[in-house]
Amino acid sequence: MGMQTLMEKMQNNSLPQLDELYKEIILEHYRKPHGREPLERVDYEAEGMNPLCGDEVKLCLQLKNKKIEKIHLDGHGCSISVASGSMLADMLRGKTISEAKEISKLLKDMMHNKSTEVKPDLGDLEALEGVKKFPVRIKCALLPWTTFEEALAGHEHIEIS
Amino acid sequence: MLDVEKIRKDFKILGRTIWDNKSLVYLDNAATTQKPSSVINTLINYYENYNANIHRGVHKLAEEATTAYEEVRQKVKNFIGASSNEEVVFTRNTTESINLLAYSLGESFLKSGDEILLSEMEHHSNIVPWYMLRDRKGSKSIKIKYIPINKNYELDYSSLKKLINRKTKIISITHKSNVLGTVNDIKKISRIIKSSSHSPLLVVDAAQSAPHMKLSFKDLKCDFLAFSSHKMCGPTGVGVLVGKKDLFEKMSPFLGGGEMIRKVTFEGFTPNDVPWKFEAGTPNIADVIAFGSALDYLEKIGLENIYEHELKLTEYTLNKLKKFNFLKIYGPKEPDKRVGIITFSNPVVHPHDIATILDQYGVAIRAGHHCAQPLMKKLSVGATARASFYFYNTFEEIDIFIDALTKAFDYFAVGACKELKKDEREKDGNANIDGKNAKQFTTTIR
Repeated sequence: MGMQTLMEKMQNNSLPQLDELYKEIILEHYRKPHGREPLERVDYEAEGMNPLCGDEVKLCLQLKNKKIEKIHLDGHGCSISVASGSMLADMLRGKTISEAKEISKLLKDMMHNKSTEVKPDLGDLEALEGVKKFPVRIKCALLPWTTFEEALAGHEHIEIS
Repeated sequence: MLDVEKIRKDFKILGRTIWDNKSLVYLDNAATTQKPSSVINTLINYYENYNANIHRGVHKLAEEATTAYEEVRQKVKNFIGASSNEEVVFTRNTTESINLLAYSLGESFLKSGDEILLSEMEHHSNIVPWYMLRDRKGSKSIKIKYIPINKNYELDYSSLKKLINRKTKIISITHKSNVLGTVNDIKKISRIIKSSSHSPLLVVDAAQSAPHMKLSFKDLKCDFLAFSSHKMCGPTGVGVLVGKKDLFEKMSPFLGGGEMIRKVTFEGFTPNDVPWKFEAGTPNIADVIAFGSALDYLEKIGLENIYEHELKLTEYTLNKLKKFNFLKIYGPKEPDKRVGIITFSNPVVHPHDIATILDQYGVAIRAGHHCAQPLMKKLSVGATARASFYFYNTFEEIDIFIDALTKAFDYFAVGACKELKKDEREKDGNANIDGKNAKQFTTTIR
């Protein structure tokens, strides 16, 4: 195949798969992530990292009246892991621990293709469904959530591989 | 000059397509290279015609397999400029070669208070085995020190001079960094060692250099040199450790078992002669033999030609990358100091995202820490993207890579950064970027 035709082909093809992965809502969360304000008090915290790619997230929770009052995230990572962390901060604020755990479980089920009887309303998180087509990136999407669960479990540091 | 189009016909995989009919542009050669059909055919021929265990059978197949296996030792000896076949040990990969050294040298030569020098640009495979040795000996007994790198991402040779003292027993260093592409001057290091009044052993990790440039073990004047078959057109599962015979003879064996012994009794064992002393158990016969075909193939093309072509590709790519003025490129400025590897990062699009988008265009690159976490820390970056070349890559492929990269930046609207006033950028980081500005960016750079 001549390289000229190859180049032309490349220019002309749109990439619907990419648009599914990088939905505008994900890019928005990535550009301006939520949950970056400092807390007054840290009740639970954990650090998560993906040693394969170097993504790191530190997650701290502040509780009030048995509900998650504030969440703080810090670290660095790809758009998927940063956006997922930003959504986590939005979704879990004001939730009880068990409500929060349930959301985390539903997200994991969605990413691992486990069917649920009723399709749950996951809000912005549903945008992450496109990640499923990129299996190596699922870990990126789940890193903040695994770290959240570890924070509750009292672990300080986890590695996923 | 290489006839790259003709060469590419030897690699069936280079003709395949990715996703919906994108031609494969394979730029992850520092991770592993593709294999020509001659190598694959050697594997098939071995299994179909003379598969047998070596060094023990008296039957015809065993003799043929043994001869073929030992002939490759001779080929490696010639390829790498060793003095004799006894200086060539087959392992599983570079990592295993270095583990062998860390274990055996540690057992035979190191004592409490000794020091090992590594550089800041090492792959984990040339760090962790030495840490393991230190931890085995008791954490306070062996010290590991790092030779720093300078602002041009080169080894700081003057620091090396100062770091060598009477306690320094081993200097283990990469010949070419898998991240920076920096080629370290091993001869210069040998001279520095010689001019000091001390005599540490010099270990060279040549995993990234042996495939890309003509090397001579004798000329480099190092004591050990390690590399891997799979990074030079050969199969996975074969590594080489070249070492001076007298040192090999003084070293204790690494793994024990069949093949590596001369005699075993109810009381103990006597090890075999070198190099077999270090080749316990049935080796990777088929892949070693096929590695021989890879060496034949590389010699036919010529290591000098390979080097020259990759240098041109590197220069071409560095030039093309200039249009992305927000890109941070790691490695020496001079292309001939960093052949074949280009690693970069930028403040907005994470390397993972770049790699995913490029993959959609059929372009395979690497993103992550490249098994060099200490170096990433030194560079103050969590992850980087890396494109690495081999002799079968073309300038057209670089164009596709650059074009895909442009699209990746457009996708994340990096160009919009340029539209923002500097103070806004400082205040808001990467916020306030919208797709509209990105489109303008595309037009400006095309």
